[in-house]
Amino acid sequence: MMTYGTKQHDESDPKPIRKSLWWIALAPSIWAIHFLACYLTVAIWCEKVSSYGSDRLLWLICIYSVVAIAGIAIVGWLSFRNFRRHDPPVPYDFDDPHDRTNFLGFTAFLLALLSGIATLFTMLVFLFVRSCD
Amino acid sequence: MDERAERLLKAWETPTGWRYWSAVNNSEVGLWYTLTAFVFFLFGGVLALIMRIQLAIPENNWLTPEQYNQVFTMHGSVMMFLFAVPILEAVSIMLLPQMMGARDLPFPRLSAYGFWCFLIGGIFVCGSLFFGVGPRGGWFMYPPMTTQYQTDVGPDIWLLGLSFIEVASIAAAVELIVGVLKCRPPGMRLNLIPLYAWYILVVAVMILFAFPPLIAGDLLMELERALDWPFFDADRGGDPMLWQHLFWIFGHPEVYIVFLPSIALVATIVPTFAKTPMAGYSWIVLAAVGTGFLSFGLWVHHMFTTGLPGMTIGIFSAASEAVAIPTGIQIFCFIATLLIGRVTKSVALLFVLAGLVTFIIGGLTGVMVAIAPFDYQAHDTYFIVGHLHYVLVGGTIFPLVAGFYYYYPFVTGKQLSERLGTVAFWLMLVGFNVTFFPMHLTGLIGMPRRVYTYPSGMGFEIPNMISSVGAGVLGLGFLVLLWDVLRPKGKQPLVPRNVWNAGTLEWSAQVPDKPWGIRSIPIISTRYPIWEQENLLADIDAGRFYLPDAEEGLRETLVTSTVDAEPMQCLRVPGPTFLTFFAALFTGGVFIFSTYHWWIAASISALLSFGAIVTWLWTGTALIPEKEEKYIGLGLMLPTYVSGPSAVGWWAMFITMLGDMTAFVSLVFGYFFYWTIDETFPPAQFDGRAVVGPGILWPLVSVGFVFAAWVTVLIARSTNNSNRSLLYYGSLIGSIALSVLSALAMFWGPFMRGMDPTHHVYSASVCVLVLWAVVHLVVGIVMLIYCGARRMAGRMDGIHNADIVNVTLFWHFLVLTIAITGLVISLFPLVA
Repeated sequence: MMTYGTKQHDESDPKPIRKSLWWIALAPSIWAIHFLACYLTVAIWCEKVSSYGSDRLLWLICIYSVVAIAGIAIVGWLSFRNFRRHDPPVPYDFDDPHDRTNFLGFTAFLLALLSGIATLFTMLVFLFVRSCD
Repeated sequence: MDERAERLLKAWETPTGWRYWSAVNNSEVGLWYTLTAFVFFLFGGVLALIMRIQLAIPENNWLTPEQYNQVFTMHGSVMMFLFAVPILEAVSIMLLPQMMGARDLPFPRLSAYGFWCFLIGGIFVCGSLFFGVGPRGGWFMYPPMTTQYQTDVGPDIWLLGLSFIEVASIAAAVELIVGVLKCRPPGMRLNLIPLYAWYILVVAVMILFAFPPLIAGDLLMELERALDWPFFDADRGGDPMLWQHLFWIFGHPEVYIVFLPSIALVATIVPTFAKTPMAGYSWIVLAAVGTGFLSFGLWVHHMFTTGLPGMTIGIFSAASEAVAIPTGIQIFCFIATLLIGRVTKSVALLFVLAGLVTFIIGGLTGVMVAIAPFDYQAHDTYFIVGHLHYVLVGGTIFPLVAGFYYYYPFVTGKQLSERLGTVAFWLMLVGFNVTFFPMHLTGLIGMPRRVYTYPSGMGFEIPNMISSVGAGVLGLGFLVLLWDVLRPKGKQPLVPRNVWNAGTLEWSAQVPDKPWGIRSIPIISTRYPIWEQENLLADIDAGRFYLPDAEEGLRETLVTSTVDAEPMQCLRVPGPTFLTFFAALFTGGVFIFSTYHWWIAASISALLSFGAIVTWLWTGTALIPEKEEKYIGLGLMLPTYVSGPSAVGWWAMFITMLGDMTAFVSLVFGYFFYWTIDETFPPAQFDGRAVVGPGILWPLVSVGFVFAAWVTVLIARSTNNSNRSLLYYGSLIGSIALSVLSALAMFWGPFMRGMDPTHHVYSASVCVLVLWAVVHLVVGIVMLIYCGARRMAGRMDGIHNADIVNVTLFWHFLVLTIAITGLVISLFPLVA
């Protein structure tokens, strides 16, 4: 017994952010900020400055969305590089202790995809519905 | 049993006799918590049956409208606040340490405190029904009905009683987050932790951001009811819509807060009965985290019919559709696992399958009502009642019953009857569908919710009668379950160890179980250690892993690092005490006496509660250990005392303050919300009087003082660490004086200019921010006095500095709170 020596878990090398738990929350956080920014902008726009028309609002939302999607894409790409050189992750993905970084990368990549889709959903609303009513 | 095991057993012994109730161990507290939540569930269920009897026939006058309103309000409130949320905390407190090979959660006394708060608050809220004074404004308590038209004590009982219980929920959230992140066994890296732990981590973080907005809303409504501050009074510039926003910012994530922990049980049960590891582990983590985030973008879909801008409705509708993606993904993972495994039949699995099917139906009607035009038609009808019960029963109740069957042997060593279980299963499944499916139709033909009766001849009779019969069958199913749980099992043999042949660590428990949690804390290198690690149970039992002994007779567990679970500290956790009970009793007194405006009793209770909590902290936290390092086995020495970000106490403070900031941001949101709806905010005049603000000078002076106080707190921390006592005490006194000045300046602006919080909502929303700021400054001052006393009493020094380090962390948040308050109330009116 004791095939798993203490060496396996007591190494404390400095970890870049991509190896930390926060990394997987980054893309959804960008979605959340984008969502909140859109919500607050619309709320204020419709109550205070709706006389300006919706075109300027649309530009504003487009700027938010481009920034957000670019951010999510960068997180997605960096996460993709974290796991792509490894075995295809099915069905028992990354269940070896040494796969921790690949796991974080893969999960962060999936979350970036989901966040990207959800951000696009939000943006599309402004293309289809252009009214405060 | 060898000597080491005997010592360990002695340290973890459960108190006996009447002292049993002083236990704080997770297995005891978790069990009490679960049973209490289950009793409240039965109570809520009886209320549901009463409603179904009333609605069985048209024009029924068995209940008065008044009674019916109380019954449906209490049914919703009990099921949500006294069952669904507490049961997740209960089950997690019981299971999580065992799943992670920990001896206990990091703050056992906090769990016990939370439990007693829950019990006292729950009895108080439920008891009101028997005196005919129960709340009757629906579980969401919409003003102005609950502020202007229900002036009895009912809404106060709801607001204060449930706020008190929300405190318990936040305490549990702190406990569970730190538990998952810091108390895993060595080697259990993030990609190996049980899926249950992932879900609980996500849910606990959600609680932290979802509950504070409701607490802020409760504060505003109670201020309106008790002191006439017009937050929701449209005549004085207020707006009932703010309550709806705050309530649903809590209320929608709440749905996922009760759903995810139950689905976590599914994720634990499915692999066991499919005899294979869960397929798509990362995808499930994606689903848990993704749902956790997206669920905060859905709240307005409860408010589609309130006349919000079309674009606002659109983005919330879109997010409500998007959340179906992660929700669906995890269900596909469960189905995939069942397909690739060799499934064995069991009652637990039957309930899992019933849960999945029911939840999918509820999810699909959810996608329907997420589309605004359909929602306009279905809103406030029985269609919604049908939808929400399919979601909650499918997503929460059925998986919980599955968990009940699955974990009953784990807790008691005996098994529930598979035969009775099958009977209960069919009764519940059939009863549930017969009750709730017709409600979709009743709703579509136009029957509104929350009516105590309905006229005949509108087509409502038959579906209502079917629903009532179904409710009886469903109730019968729960009776069978209850009988199975309560029937004497004295002659029934104990189950073998790991009765379901599961792979997760909690099943390493012996039968009958020992109070030590686990004999020795193993090194983990797989997701299903019992299946995949050779000799694991034998090595654990023989004490060949970490902490197999308790030489000092103290309760100890391991603290490990967040990502890779490297051992970092041997944590001493406190043992049995009645302090937490008394702390909860007196805290409860504050809320309960305030309900009846018995201010003197409430103040005495507050003092006693303060005394109990300080005694608890003083005698039980950040104790200086008798030795700096301890040998924990396998050639490893670990520190017994750490402070700063590697300490669990630091994390608890950080997490609590995140929740505190969320409540504060909700109040600030309120201020700006009124700005958006008012033509001129602040108005120059209202009701013939000038509307005055706090001015520019004094709030900014307050900010200046708090900055100076914060700098002196930093100096105090550094002088403590370098053991320069005189400078330390000097800077503490300095920072206390500066904080007092800051609080006075914050108060002085509104006071000197004669602000009247009952005049207009602007005055009220400034005063509530000032109130919040001053209360926080007072707490900050108390903490500084505590730190001074700790050092003076020799309970803190330059190395053992956790108290001052954690208080400094509080101060970082405090300075932010005061700065935001001061800048908003003084400068925003200039640009508004």
